[in-house]
Amino acid sequence: MPISYDLGLKPTTLEPVEGEEDRWILNFGPQHPATHTTLRLVLELEGERIVRCTPDIGFLHSGFEKLGEHLDYNQYVVVVERMNYVCPVSNDIAWHMACEKLFGIDVTPRCKALRTILAELGRMQDHLLNIGVSGLDLGGFTAFLYGFNEREIIYDLIEALSGGRFHPSYTRVGGLAQDAPPGWTDRVLDFVRNRIPPALRDIESLLLRNRIFIERTRGLGVISHDDAINWSLTGPVARASGVRRDLRKDEPYLCYADNWDGRGAPAVQFKVPIATGGDVYSRFLVRLEEIRQSCSIIEQVIAMMPEGPVNVEAERRLTLPNKEEIYFSIEGLIHHFEKIMNNRGFRPPLGEAYAANETANGELGYYLVSDGGKAPYRARCRPPSFINYQVFPKLVVGHQISDIPAVLNSLNIIAAELDR
Amino acid sequence: MATTDAIAALQERFPELHFEARPLVVYADGRASDQLWVRVPVERLLEVMGFLYDDPRTRFEQLSDLTAVDYLNYPGATDRFAVIYALLSLTHNHRLWVKVFVNDPDPTVPSVTSIWRGAEWPEREVYDMFGIRFTDHPDLRRILMPQNFTDHPLRKDYPLTGKGEREAFEVVTRESA
Repeated sequence: MPISYDLGLKPTTLEPVEGEEDRWILNFGPQHPATHTTLRLVLELEGERIVRCTPDIGFLHSGFEKLGEHLDYNQYVVVVERMNYVCPVSNDIAWHMACEKLFGIDVTPRCKALRTILAELGRMQDHLLNIGVSGLDLGGFTAFLYGFNEREIIYDLIEALSGGRFHPSYTRVGGLAQDAPPGWTDRVLDFVRNRIPPALRDIESLLLRNRIFIERTRGLGVISHDDAINWSLTGPVARASGVRRDLRKDEPYLCYADNWDGRGAPAVQFKVPIATGGDVYSRFLVRLEEIRQSCSIIEQVIAMMPEGPVNVEAERRLTLPNKEEIYFSIEGLIHHFEKIMNNRGFRPPLGEAYAANETANGELGYYLVSDGGKAPYRARCRPPSFINYQVFPKLVVGHQISDIPAVLNSLNIIAAELDR
Repeated sequence: MATTDAIAALQERFPELHFEARPLVVYADGRASDQLWVRVPVERLLEVMGFLYDDPRTRFEQLSDLTAVDYLNYPGATDRFAVIYALLSLTHNHRLWVKVFVNDPDPTVPSVTSIWRGAEWPEREVYDMFGIRFTDHPDLRRILMPQNFTDHPLRKDYPLTGKGEREAFEVVTRESA
């Protein structure tokens, strides 16, 4: 039987709604510059005002979770970072945290420190784009460029670390692909001290004293504190509605936990910005402040950067050996084959595990089921975009078409993560 | 307050269901994971979930995630599908995983959208991917796959490369559009 996409209405035509004189239906997307990616909305309009909004998703569905059942714990990292491609490193870290929870591994202090820096760089990467686009969606292009300039530096930093610019695939089970090159932390410090503060000032001075921006975002797309919890919202969207929850504080992991290096190192100090407005403007402010806190976290981690290996000890045969061992010792080569050959590979315990990270978008978690084989039996992703997007139709009703991009961006919907 | 207190409250309220808190994973060296799950019979699901949401000792205000697993050919599994509810309490900062097991033919679970509205799309996704129906769901349609797709791709008996749907897509030409 041939499969067809029944769109339900002809695209680009306006159709009157039966029984309602002044109402008409507009098909918004899936190809529309203001939807950023492939999203489709069917809007029922009264003039310019939205009466009903029905999202239609799935255009980018590529079966990532099915693929995860066929790739091993190290291979799948290449796929997960294509979910939220705005901050790929955050996906890497979340995926391997779940794997390590399943394997029962505690990573080394240096690995924790590097992952924390990366997690915060990922958050900045995402927020810089998001606050820049907040301006772009309302017609101000310049803030977007200021944000994107700094993202370029983050790309360079990640490239220096992993060789991959957009998709680093940098984490491994029990560690990282390789240690940071000499001088890398100095480049990061220079970035957070000398590049980010002026860029944020530029964006702020363009938008926060801009009457058009403020009037168009205040009171738009409001969600209350209780609704935010009941609709499973997390991350900056929930915190802009006054929900006091940040996994970095509530379920601390990496360097956000006390005694993370096993020798009594204190957890990094930072504040969790909370706003109470619950509108697009509040979400913008929360994200802006989170970038500043990220800078401070990175400075603290670099100040107490521990030395030592980035992978857990080789005797336990849990991680891939480093390349030097593979090329220059027979044990290393055997160990490498033991991990990558088809009839060998990882031997996790029979069971399930969940681990979540506070990423830029909210709680990004992976629920893993293992049957003891080399690949997961089920690799469920808790995608913050998918869960945050379901509240979208309620947020735009009563507003105008031109407000849609602003609300869409404030929820930070990444369609690749939405459809997976 | 730890998750064990929530489970104690659950055992006290429903003694006839014999709740047993099990760790999600036990490692090779005998350590058990701190993440706990309980099995709930599908007939009593809404009642138990309502209690977990309301009771001051449990107070699971948020449904963090809802997913399903197809345990076909899983070692030691007796039932085929499990719908897994990841509950989160912001008040007590604890998590609990609730599993409901259902079987072919026609696996059906009551919808929890009346308790957590955030369950709406995850339930649609589970329906789409596993073919588990949710009764009293406000809008149970496929969400990721096309509406006239007939299979459920995340079931274990569905092959990775599909069943030939990729070749069977309707070709839209300029004339037929």
